[in-house]
Amino acid sequence: MKARIKVTLKNGVLDPQGKAIEGALGSLGFSGVASVRQGKLFEVELEETDPARAKAILEEMSKKLLANTVIENYAVELDEK
Amino acid sequence: MKSGVVVFPGSNRERDMMRALEKITGIKSTPIWHADTDLPDLDLIVLCGGFSYGDYLRTGAIAARGRIMPAVAKAAEKGVRVLGVCNGFQILCEAGLLPGVLMRNANLKFVCREVKLEVANADTDFTRKYAQGQIWRCPVAHGDGNYVTDAETLKRLEGEGRVGLRYAEGTNPNGSLNDIAGVLNERGNVFGMMPHPENMIEPLNGATDGRALFESIMEAVA
Repeated sequence: MKARIKVTLKNGVLDPQGKAIEGALGSLGFSGVASVRQGKLFEVELEETDPARAKAILEEMSKKLLANTVIENYAVELDEK
Repeated sequence: MKSGVVVFPGSNRERDMMRALEKITGIKSTPIWHADTDLPDLDLIVLCGGFSYGDYLRTGAIAARGRIMPAVAKAAEKGVRVLGVCNGFQILCEAGLLPGVLMRNANLKFVCREVKLEVANADTDFTRKYAQGQIWRCPVAHGDGNYVTDAETLKRLEGEGRVGLRYAEGTNPNGSLNDIAGVLNERGNVFGMMPHPENMIEPLNGATDGRALFESIMEAVA
């Protein structure tokens, strides 16, 4: 079973990399960019075939390693197949 | 004082640290391999600087889940002093042994220079040989030293005297909240700091201001 885990910075956490990217977009002439926040995307392939169990495993992985919940949120998405 | 320095793949300050510990304590420091699961009997465990696991995922994130870490956590629970310097500080935060997280420097630049540190609390096992408010010189070398925590934790840290060191006189090199350079755990036996006191211990370094940090720990464990 394939899944994606999206890790993003929590609101209010300063994202200097996002700011730098925002600035670079401005210099390329993209006007009207209100803000850019950078995150991470993990593509995980599990042997587990039961969606509920897979989701539970992925949540656990996110909490224990993939995200630092002090500053980051995560969202688990299973491929429907 | 019996000390050990944990070595992860990508650690690069273990020699500086072990040399400083031997010079100051007169006792050889023991290297501890990250894949071991047991620790020798120690008074001080040090997590040193470097780029463990290439800073993959987040700085310190992979090392914090290393095989030796449950033993470090157990020793900390028993009251053994644990010092994390630079990458070691990042690892302690990722391992949950210290609150907060070290994010990318606010100006996105790697900083390698000398800063001034102010002793924000001289009543700790890691700072007791300094005077309260004392300013001392210390080098920093990091890209991710921007200490961040939520408002409630910050308030607790400040209220409980758990901010041991601050960047002084406008030398904050990374945008850290409240100019925080080093923090303690609740019990006061685990301390993490971004600057490198092990590189300020003999006249050749330009000053010996870092010695008192190690001498503080020696006094505390004596």
